[in-house]
Amino acid sequence: MEEKKLAIIATKGSLDWAYPPFILASTASALGYETQIFFTFYGLQLLKKKLALEVTPLGNPGMPMPMGMDKWFPVLGLTLPGMQGMMTSMMKKKMKDKGVASVEELRDLCQEAEVKLIACQMTVDLFDMNTAEFIDGIEYAGAAAFFEFAGESDICLYI
Amino acid sequence: MADFDQELDASGLNCPLPILRAKKTLNAMDSGQVLHVVATDPGSVKDFDAFAKQTGNELMESKEDGGKFHFLIKKG
Repeated sequence: MEEKKLAIIATKGSLDWAYPPFILASTASALGYETQIFFTFYGLQLLKKKLALEVTPLGNPGMPMPMGMDKWFPVLGLTLPGMQGMMTSMMKKKMKDKGVASVEELRDLCQEAEVKLIACQMTVDLFDMNTAEFIDGIEYAGAAAFFEFAGESDICLYI
Repeated sequence: MADFDQELDASGLNCPLPILRAKKTLNAMDSGQVLHVVATDPGSVKDFDAFAKQTGNELMESKEDGGKFHFLIKKG
């Protein structure tokens, strides 16, 4: 059986959106896929050694809130200082309680399974990001390098 | 439940951890050996079926017993 290939572009830098790329990549690896994730724009936050990912209920009417708050709590209230941090803590606790892996753990599993993690060089330059803050074992490349792999892939996802 | 060579308790773990842990355990086993996985994630029933089909390992048995899911996987 020839090895299948999965190419993912990760563009989002929030706690909730950190999950799909790492879950899919680690699982694909376990199924025998050769996998690459190309991190661009806010997705680069997922490559920081110290992850400071948060989740925000703002502009997200689909997010379930504790005590049915999404039904009666005014949207404006969600802009209060500390609200985002509170929501993030609650989400992290919920994930832990439900046996959902942390983003760090899934990322480690991806690296262990030799998922290739590629940081968009243009984004690094654009936001003056310090590459010393990123985890080891990643590569830096551009769009053409992504297509070299994605063009041969069986599945290509934009997340 | 038939005999097995190794056991993996994935109770309390959610998707995709049971599959990833099983894969890791299978990597260290010999072809023909059997792994017994215990999980509590209801999604793991379909996932282990799909995992076996895609990886060439054989899902010999899949059953629920007292709120836990048991899988016997023979390494291909």
